[in-house]
Amino acid sequence: MDPKLLKYFDRIKDRGFTPEREKRILKELHDNRTHDDPGGLQNITSASPSSIGFYGYNDLLMLQALSEPSSSYALRLKSLDELLERDKQREEDGFPRKIRVGRLIKPGKGGKDKIVVVPTTVEEKFLHDSIRETSEEESSSGGSGEGEEGEIIGEQPVHEQDGSGSGPGEGEGGPHEMESNAYDIGKILSEHFELPNLKDKGKKRFLSRYTYDMTDRNRGFGQFLDKKATLRQIVETNISLGNIPDPGNIDPTGFLISPRDKIYRILSREKDYESQAMVFFLRDYSGSMSGKPTQLVVAQHVLLYSWLLYQYDKRVESRFILHDTDATEVPDFYTYYNSKVAGGTKVFSAFRLLNEIVEKESLARDYNIYIFYGTDGDDWDTGGKEAVPELKKMLTYSNRAGITIVEHSYGSSGNTEVEKYVKKSGFLEKHPDLLRMDVMKSDADEPRLIEGIKKLIS
Amino acid sequence: MELIDQHTKKIMEGCKERARDAGLKFQDETLEYIVTNRDLLELSPKIMIPTLYDYWVHDVEVLKEKGKYELYPGNPYETVINTRPAISFYNDNNPDWLNVMIFYHVLAHIDFFQNNLFYRHTWDYDFAGQALSDKRLIAKLRSEHGRWVDYVIEFSRGIDNLAGYYYELSRLNRKENAGWSNQIDFYFDVFIQKINKLSVHEYIKEIERYNECLKESGDLGEETFMAEIDSQHPEFKELFRKSLEEKPKSKQDLIQYLMEHSEFLNKEKNKWMNSVLQVVRNTSIFFQPQIRTKIMNEGWASYWHETLFLSDDRIGGHEVDFARLNAGVTSMPRVGLNPYALGMRLFYYIEEIADKGKLSFEFQKVANAEERKTFDRSTKNGRSFIFSVRENYSDFMFINKFLDQDFATRNRLFVAGRRLNRAKKVYEYYIKSRKLEDYRAMVLDSLYHPPQIEIDTEKMKDNSLYLTHTFENKPLVKEFISNTMVGIEYLWGSPVHLETHEVVAARSVPSQDLTLLGPTPTGDETAAPGIKWQKVLYSMKNRKLTRKIL
Repeated sequence: MDPKLLKYFDRIKDRGFTPEREKRILKELHDNRTHDDPGGLQNITSASPSSIGFYGYNDLLMLQALSEPSSSYALRLKSLDELLERDKQREEDGFPRKIRVGRLIKPGKGGKDKIVVVPTTVEEKFLHDSIRETSEEESSSGGSGEGEEGEIIGEQPVHEQDGSGSGPGEGEGGPHEMESNAYDIGKILSEHFELPNLKDKGKKRFLSRYTYDMTDRNRGFGQFLDKKATLRQIVETNISLGNIPDPGNIDPTGFLISPRDKIYRILSREKDYESQAMVFFLRDYSGSMSGKPTQLVVAQHVLLYSWLLYQYDKRVESRFILHDTDATEVPDFYTYYNSKVAGGTKVFSAFRLLNEIVEKESLARDYNIYIFYGTDGDDWDTGGKEAVPELKKMLTYSNRAGITIVEHSYGSSGNTEVEKYVKKSGFLEKHPDLLRMDVMKSDADEPRLIEGIKKLIS
Repeated sequence: MELIDQHTKKIMEGCKERARDAGLKFQDETLEYIVTNRDLLELSPKIMIPTLYDYWVHDVEVLKEKGKYELYPGNPYETVINTRPAISFYNDNNPDWLNVMIFYHVLAHIDFFQNNLFYRHTWDYDFAGQALSDKRLIAKLRSEHGRWVDYVIEFSRGIDNLAGYYYELSRLNRKENAGWSNQIDFYFDVFIQKINKLSVHEYIKEIERYNECLKESGDLGEETFMAEIDSQHPEFKELFRKSLEEKPKSKQDLIQYLMEHSEFLNKEKNKWMNSVLQVVRNTSIFFQPQIRTKIMNEGWASYWHETLFLSDDRIGGHEVDFARLNAGVTSMPRVGLNPYALGMRLFYYIEEIADKGKLSFEFQKVANAEERKTFDRSTKNGRSFIFSVRENYSDFMFINKFLDQDFATRNRLFVAGRRLNRAKKVYEYYIKSRKLEDYRAMVLDSLYHPPQIEIDTEKMKDNSLYLTHTFENKPLVKEFISNTMVGIEYLWGSPVHLETHEVVAARSVPSQDLTLLGPTPTGDETAAPGIKWQKVLYSMKNRKLTRKIL
């Protein structure tokens, strides 16, 4: 256990907690996990041999060695849209939603992130279930060959799916993966979103987008006569011809017009300049974030990140900050996504680091700054004594900050520490266009995440 | 999709001749198509039937949980489908020798489809044609009713595994008139069992008396027998006459019951829904035998592709290629259940014991192990016996009857267990049991077996539908109950109840949160908790599910 943490704990203990919170904090305090990177990608392992059963075998794969059919993501784009639309319609018709968009990001180092999207659904039926004696630790299947009863004949590593890997709605061993880069999901999402409050700031960057406009001038012929410019030209011509003796009393009827006086506008390609944005992703990776909260937060951030990549191409820079009791900036989405949970919780550490970065690099002058923060709402810092001032500072330079809270299933709703102090600060009412907060349950599904994003950036 | 070329078709025709000579029976025409990945994408969700009706779920990756293959009767990647003519699918670049092997495999499948009695109901029509007209019907309805058609499809698919496959089969296999009169049927089946309630012993005596009468008086036997009854039970004639007036009640499965009795479905504006239900039910029943004969079907096909390939004169020089591929398909896995391997070995084994005359009472009496080993009556009827097995058995019967100790010993079968070793962070596979009954139970347990859900008209009050799930020591998958019942309620138009049993965990399982904390000292992990059951009643009313312990 970290003595520094213990000291801090003693200090905050004097402010008093409910026994419930104390238990949670102690749990984090005595948590001896580390934030290691799982190393390698969390590929879903294929089903273990015992789980195939008789009906997993089939002729095309066994005899003809065909690979399982897989479709390209591009084909799915349209259908995914339709599916989500259909799902919305279901709800209106009074039936529960059915589509789950499972996706898997395969963050690569050096910005080569890949995302696999699997829209899935289940056809529910009355089916027999097997009785799990000890939470799926035991299962039987057939076998053949040598060995005595009780003898161990093989081992298979367990993949701890902890704080990374698959998000909600991820099917078992998704053989039909569709690969795409994040761009594609973004494409789906972009129809609904835009970065709010985008302002012109700093040096503009050119990007490879063109708008066509009647901006080029051409003398003599063209598509569209620019009357004002033409008149000017005529006047100039006539001045040089000495046709205007008295500027106070001009007689236009005596003007001579040369063919080259006519000025036309023609369509031309214009380079477009856009404002720059920088997005900070922050998340809590303390011990209490185990399981669902982390899954949901990273899932939402994957969606956001994908959408940014698509909508703003490479003009949006993303930075990543993780925090437990200390905050640290990590270099890429890969690390951000995959770091495991451990340790205690001080939300303000992340906010403070963010403020420091912005100040030190004077980012506020040149960039539109967006901040997305995900947490389970736990904070050792009761009442947000330290966090609220930092949050206030954040709002002075950011265009929008969005806080996502995933509530644990235990504890009452609307009662998390972070939610309480953010509400109490009054910022939500004072700066509704700068700060948004979205609170969801830990059983939220994909559509709910997307709803959340809408709320954060509308 | 395109047909195979003439050269390959010629190989196929050659295979047909050789397969027929070996005793396989199938229709002359077959169709062979080359499939690409793209075709497969469209075919696999439609269970390889190109003409199956369109349904949006087919466009979505369906989340298949492990071991939940039973959601989809019929295998999505089958090479050959049970249509008339049978259609089979091939990879574009199979070499000739491989095609020979696959053709034999396919022909054996076709033989199985066209001769196994569990497929009896699929023999009289071409499913591809039927499916096409169903598809057009559904497309037409969709143009009229839009998304509601999909809801009806979804809700009826939700209960299509409860379709009365065996009722259909028995209806087909029943002889119109078995050579005795309805009087006799009524006497034996109803009168002495339900009205007079004779004991078993007396019942058998009556049968004996009937047989005696037939023996003595020949054609007049029945009359002699009945005369006796008339004198003893003067009321019999009247009861029999009454019974004829009653409408015979045939058993109905849930879909049929809804179609007939649901007020909602029988409203004029909803009449079209019935045709959707009918399509879904027929489709389900068509595919039922596929999944109930998986082991036999693949075993049979493997048996024949091996037997016929090795005796085929056209493939000289490819024995090693064949051996390599065949071993991959038909070897017994160290851990796992491979239907090709198990089925094929069982057929070989059955053939052998039939050849030696071991399928006899005489052999069963032999207790001496050495004698049992050397027992051989050289009856040589093994081949014909496996043909009769292929005609009359389904997976359950096949395993239950023929998977015996000798077979298990010969193939060194065992039940493999998998358990979590927390300290090492691995799953361990270990030999759990070598007992025959354990192995057989494990195999039977992994077979497709939909729940038996009956309509209980006795318990229906105020128009609600009451379903009873017959208890077989298996709970239902909990998370599927709600949506399935939403569908039934929609189709029924009033509240729906489902009576089922659930497991009460005898030991509280630690919550999810705690188990994530890595190795926690747990108490006694080996002691499996005793299973306690409780009867529960789920009720679906206005799309809200409630659960009550009965």
